[in-house]
Amino acid sequence: MSETSPEPRQITPDIIARHGLTGEEYAKILDILGREPNITELGIFSVMWSEHCSYKSSKKWLKTLPTEAPWVICGPGENAGIIDIGDGQAAIFKMESHNHPSFIEPYQGAATGVGGILRDVFTMGARPVANLNALRFGDPGHGKTRHLVAGVVAGIGGYGNCVGVPTVGGECTFHGAYNGNILVNAMTVGIADTDNIFYSQASGVGNAIVYVGSKTGRDGIHGATMASTEFNQDSEEKRPTVQVGDPFTEKLLIEACMELMATDAIVAIQDMGAAGLTSSSFEMASKGDLGVELDLDRVPQREEGMTAYEIMLSESQERMLMVLRPGAEDMARSVFEKWELDFAIIGVLTDTGRMVLTMGGERAADLPINPLAEASPEYDRPWTPTPASPPAAAIPPGDDGPPLESLKRLLGCPDLASKRWVWEQYDHMVMADTVHRPGGDAAVVRVHGTAKALAMTSDCTPRYCLADPVEGGRQAVAEAWRNLTAVGARPLAITDCMNFGNPEKPEIMGQFVGAIEGMRDACRALEFPVVSGNVSLYNETQGKAIPPTPTIGGVGLLEDLALAVNLAFAGEGQDLILIGETKGHLGQSLYLCQALGSETGPPPPVDLKAERGNGDFIRAMIGGGRITACHDIADGGLLVAVAEMALAGNIGARVTAPAATPDNRDPRLYAGWLFGEDQGRYLVTTTDGDSLLGEAGKAGVPAAKIGVTGGGAIELDGQRMTIDELRDANERWLPEYMAGP
Amino acid sequence: MKAAVIVFPGSNCDRDVKVALEQSIGGPVSMVWHRDTDLPPVDLIVIPGGFSYGDYLRSGAMGAHSPIMKEVAARARRGVPVLGICNGFQILTEAGLLPGVLMPNAGLKFVCKDVYLRIGQANTVFTRLYRPDQVIRLPIAHHDGNYFADAETCKALEDEGRIAMRYCSPDGEITEDANPNGSLGNIAGVLSANRTVLGLMPHPERLAEAALGGADGRAMFDGLVEALAA
Repeated sequence: MSETSPEPRQITPDIIARHGLTGEEYAKILDILGREPNITELGIFSVMWSEHCSYKSSKKWLKTLPTEAPWVICGPGENAGIIDIGDGQAAIFKMESHNHPSFIEPYQGAATGVGGILRDVFTMGARPVANLNALRFGDPGHGKTRHLVAGVVAGIGGYGNCVGVPTVGGECTFHGAYNGNILVNAMTVGIADTDNIFYSQASGVGNAIVYVGSKTGRDGIHGATMASTEFNQDSEEKRPTVQVGDPFTEKLLIEACMELMATDAIVAIQDMGAAGLTSSSFEMASKGDLGVELDLDRVPQREEGMTAYEIMLSESQERMLMVLRPGAEDMARSVFEKWELDFAIIGVLTDTGRMVLTMGGERAADLPINPLAEASPEYDRPWTPTPASPPAAAIPPGDDGPPLESLKRLLGCPDLASKRWVWEQYDHMVMADTVHRPGGDAAVVRVHGTAKALAMTSDCTPRYCLADPVEGGRQAVAEAWRNLTAVGARPLAITDCMNFGNPEKPEIMGQFVGAIEGMRDACRALEFPVVSGNVSLYNETQGKAIPPTPTIGGVGLLEDLALAVNLAFAGEGQDLILIGETKGHLGQSLYLCQALGSETGPPPPVDLKAERGNGDFIRAMIGGGRITACHDIADGGLLVAVAEMALAGNIGARVTAPAATPDNRDPRLYAGWLFGEDQGRYLVTTTDGDSLLGEAGKAGVPAAKIGVTGGGAIELDGQRMTIDELRDANERWLPEYMAGP
Repeated sequence: MKAAVIVFPGSNCDRDVKVALEQSIGGPVSMVWHRDTDLPPVDLIVIPGGFSYGDYLRSGAMGAHSPIMKEVAARARRGVPVLGICNGFQILTEAGLLPGVLMPNAGLKFVCKDVYLRIGQANTVFTRLYRPDQVIRLPIAHHDGNYFADAETCKALEDEGRIAMRYCSPDGEITEDANPNGSLGNIAGVLSANRTVLGLMPHPERLAEAALGGADGRAMFDGLVEALAA
């Protein structure tokens, strides 16, 4: 809708369809209203009932995830999840997708993704202390990939750097299945005092509803609806629905909100995210069982001649809605004026249970709140389980080459190549509490002014999820838990960002149901509940879906940051100990992908009991100061893990394969030991290997000495490759790729 | 010793430098809002890093015209030490308190990483605890850190010993490889003629504590306290 196309008076089937509503859904609207909606009302229904806002396809399954633990203060349903981190403090965090906008306009799409997730966190009273992001790009050879990487990374940096929140970790991988639909998942972690947390539930009939932040423009109208449909050739035309970010205003908004939150002025607060003023006002009123009256003429507007429809559906950024305590208006206004932000009383809470909008003296909309919210559709979509993968293909003899050459190839492949080019564009040190910078298993950020620290990570292995969504979902949760454990943290909770294809296809719905099942198992077994999350469906282009990608953002606590360890070899002559059982599982391994150019076989199974036992052992040993370096064994397997530890510490290692796989006689077994991706494993160094092996024996944890640190090379059964050569392979790929045509 | 940190809309290293200063001072540091016109009597003024006014016009350009900057300039003329870090350095050049300009990095990208720096002038209140030619490690985090000044100015800076530090290799060589942003002569920090105003792109406040992976920045704050506490 724009000035050039006047708003229709008549609601036609075409208009209903263009709002993404089904005939059945429209019938329900007629039923709720007892009349035809006007265009503004139809627009409001369409965004409130969009997949993005209503979770209509996913709700049934999301409800089955564990969300409770003694340390959980608030689970899913609010802007972000809240966990207790002791001493009257809470960590508040969430991950959210901004996939479709980032594909259409990578810089602004990614930037506003960061802005949106920051607001979800500080709207609850938490000062954001860290950002992470999980990025999935298409094949590096695809024509658009380089442009998308450059734009997304610049956008994330441009926003986060200016706002002054460090970007401390994440993932960045490549796969042809994302060629037409990249994933940009952004996570923010904040810290609040447990007695000063803010919720969105409105209360107090007669209390003022206040709009603060940026002015409302025509940008982002129907973003939520766009995020709820597939892409096609015309998607470029959707560029105007991508919002434009202003990180400077966001920074002012953070400071102004923090300043006001230190007083008792705020009754309820909600950021204007997807579906803007519509969803924020609806949510606040609905949770408080109240009504709202808004005078849209009072909404600060950036453009002239905006209609009620446009104002309600705009997704202009950096805006918040608050309910203030009576009498606090002047004080609140002075805070926002100091920060040079708009402040407008745009309405009032009522007891009518209705949303009444007026504009130009006329009633622009009049909708019942709870019926609309409660009647929001919930589907039990048909689904079919994902068939089991056939066994992994064998590598033709002679195709695998000497293991250290394979190692070098793996370290230089797009998924494992150093992402320094990415994270050097992010300010990862502002706020001066970053203890472990990007590049390790988990980022570690000190809780300001204390000796505690939060560990955080983001994980998912899409090729596992595609081969077996249940096992893949289990693995994503387990890997997040493992990464937090590997720095010595106690894993506390996760946020999930569920990226899938079109849920109307039973096989896609089956992937979703499967991933949830696996996640549920792992969350239970590891006492690692879900406290917040986001679902992004319809990640398809021309009918081709992305691999199921349930990205897991994990947060853990280190009581004493002095005890944290990282992956860097810490000294020469230390024993290198492998913790966990190695069966040599090569199915879906990166090694196999590299050797065969395709992904085959089932993913490595996760034994949750062993996972728990091994992880608890590792954490106890780190806590006891028995371990000098620790790294989880993930993509690429054991030899890659050794090399990553060597590169980080700039110290080599001599590795000896165990007698069970002697003399390269069975290449398959040998490759499995070196490059298999068996789960639940860690590589650690210690100055006293025998005593650590003894402890492991007592704990019933599989452990074996596989080598010793030292020198300037990786030596393996008589072969040798220098750290410099490996580093060159690891560091070279991404900058060279990005410098390309 | 009394120190003040000027806070602009968009400053984001204000708290960081306050923490680092308080660690060395052992007492509180005052935060002064940019729109204030009077500054309490202080021994040191710090212009912190960040994105004042979003850096929307040009880095530091708007901040340089904030009301408080008149008073900062007056104090600087009277010899009160002024330290500008990153965006603070940009503001000081825009305000004419330091010569030269900071242009977009030669690589046209934001860059955040540790760099090595060779101390060029140790005879100042800021660098007195470093040795001449000492190599230290500090982080940078900027998009516009590419220092430029005309030949005449550069010669004056050189001749008068006003180049506080330069980007160098780990063993102290001033090389092109060690230059992260294209700065002329690898210049990372410059001093006013009387050496009481220092602007530098690296962030000493970010590595002023061993727990954060290095403490080379601490000597700058300790040195200031020693020199100014009297």
